[in-house]
Amino acid sequence: MIFSDRTALILKLLGVSALAGYPLVGSEFYIELVAKVLILAIFAMSLDLLVGFGGLVSLGHAAFFGIAAYTVALISPEYDPANLWLVLPASVLAAGLAALAIGLLVLRTKGIYFIMVTLAFTQMAFYLFHDTALGGGSDGIYLNFRPEPRVGEWMPFDLAEGHQLYYFILAALVAVYVLLGFVLRSPFGRVLVGIKSNEHRMRSMGYSTFHYKLGAFVLAGALAGLAGFLYAVLFGFVTPELLSWHESGHVLMMVILGGMGSPIGAMLGAGSMVALEEGFSLLTKHWQLLMGLVILAVVLFLPGGLIALPARLRGLFARGDHHD
Amino acid sequence: MTEALLEARGVTRRFGGLTANENVSITLERGKLHALLGPNGAGKSTCINMLSGDLAVSDGHIHYKGREITGLSAPQRSRIGIGRSYQRTNIFPGFTVFENCRLAAQSRRQRAWRLFTNALSLEDTLEKARAVIAEAGLEGREDRIAGTMSHGEQRQLEIAMVLATDADVLLLDEPLAGMGSEEASKMVELLDRLRRTRAILLVEHDMDAVFAVADTITVLVNGQLLASGSPAEIRANIEVQQAYLGEEAFHV
Ligand SMILES: Nc1ncnc2c1ncn2[C@@H]1O[C@H](COP(=O)(O)OP(=O)(O)O)[C@@H](O)[C@H]1O
Ligand SMILES: [Mg+2]
Repeated sequence: MIFSDRTALILKLLGVSALAGYPLVGSEFYIELVAKVLILAIFAMSLDLLVGFGGLVSLGHAAFFGIAAYTVALISPEYDPANLWLVLPASVLAAGLAALAIGLLVLRTKGIYFIMVTLAFTQMAFYLFHDTALGGGSDGIYLNFRPEPRVGEWMPFDLAEGHQLYYFILAALVAVYVLLGFVLRSPFGRVLVGIKSNEHRMRSMGYSTFHYKLGAFVLAGALAGLAGFLYAVLFGFVTPELLSWHESGHVLMMVILGGMGSPIGAMLGAGSMVALEEGFSLLTKHWQLLMGLVILAVVLFLPGGLIALPARLRGLFARGDHHD
Repeated sequence: MTEALLEARGVTRRFGGLTANENVSITLERGKLHALLGPNGAGKSTCINMLSGDLAVSDGHIHYKGREITGLSAPQRSRIGIGRSYQRTNIFPGFTVFENCRLAAQSRRQRAWRLFTNALSLEDTLEKARAVIAEAGLEGREDRIAGTMSHGEQRQLEIAMVLATDADVLLLDEPLAGMGSEEASKMVELLDRLRRTRAILLVEHDMDAVFAVADTITVLVNGQLLASGSPAEIRANIEVQQAYLGEEAFHV
């Protein structure tokens, strides 16, 4: 790490403060955009747990995002707000269970086959919602009311109000970041990194790596589900595209752009991806072409992603010094 | 009284048309060091791979402490007390020496569900890691990135990691190859000490080392068990000398 622990902590606090202060100055449009970034940051962090720490490159991660989004839309009553404390856990649980079922099958494969079967599963999930009446078919469905955090008569906050929803999403992001911090330091997290480095040796030392990978897959699926839930609540609208493989590729690009193996990197990736997309789409309608070039440039010239940029710059300057 | 820990009974392994091990039987007893000799390609590594569960047997049975374990996976065998090292160094090159050993030690009490516990606060694991680093002669190199160390040091680490799993049976595939002579002789001393409480299967090319420490020697040629007996018996076995050792291999 290029920063000391203290500097890193200060930077993180500054980041959270800036995000917390943003609704006071931003316009509605941009507040919603930043809220979307925060959700995608949770999504990207959840995928990074698999890709960056477990070495499991999944091209089907959007399935869990989409399943949770559909769950909240489908189980909420049409003319009343649902109870947040019911639909939130239910959506996350649905995504986690889906990850358990899919993980049991796909984790038996490795490498390119793993990428292919995760892709196949997300396509199946896509067509399940696209071609059946289950979730409104290709048109998708509306979530008419945002869930209420009601506890008996008491309403601690109100998600129907834009700023409060923003803060709820920000709190979820911080909670996921803290949770991942704990998980990565835990014996489980250490094993996951060990599996990425040398699964064979992990097995010969007594680790049933399949179970560890399954645990990571379920946790990552559940956290992607949390992101999908928040997305449905924010936009009030769910379409099959949410679980398409494009979306899976999109979040994978965020992780690569930001730098694999770092939750902060995943967040940076989500933020810069959305910023670039918005910026480029103002410039030209061929913005996806520019996006592709940026990803290419990062992969070629900055293999560690944006998170590696400070260290790379410092390296460059240090080398410059020697020439003097 | 000796206690047979690991027993291979007539194990065979075929790779397509090639029979790498044919009807091999070996018994490893607690307190004994059993050496496995044979020229390159004889099937020594294949034999270890079958005992450790890295490879399935094509035929035959493996028993551990009286129980059949032929169908157990490699992680299962490791957890019941069968540890192994690899001929080709098989470590975590990007991790520190300490983390390599700590991960190995953690495998004994995995505590996978304790997601809010810092792995670096588990004293039993840390202590074990420190102990095996000292035993394998790697003190002072705890913070080195394993992949940047010399080949010999990586070989020592390879052994430290097996020791960290507290195995009752050690299957060591050419552990001394690539070590400096000083480290190698220390390692032989270490094996001599370890043997008192465990069973060891040692594949090794250094004849002096083998004859110095082995209680039993088995010779494998072309996947077949050629001879098995005490060092004195093997030394006397003329057939073995011709097939493998060669006259000049003996400087006795
Ligand atoms: N995974 C494998 N696939 C095919 N052939 C193998 C495999 N492993 C070993 N062999 C073959 O089996 C024979 C024995 O190899 P090995 O057990 O490595 O011998 P040793 O360790 O005694 O040098 C060799 O001919 C080798 O080529
Ligand atoms: Mg060999």
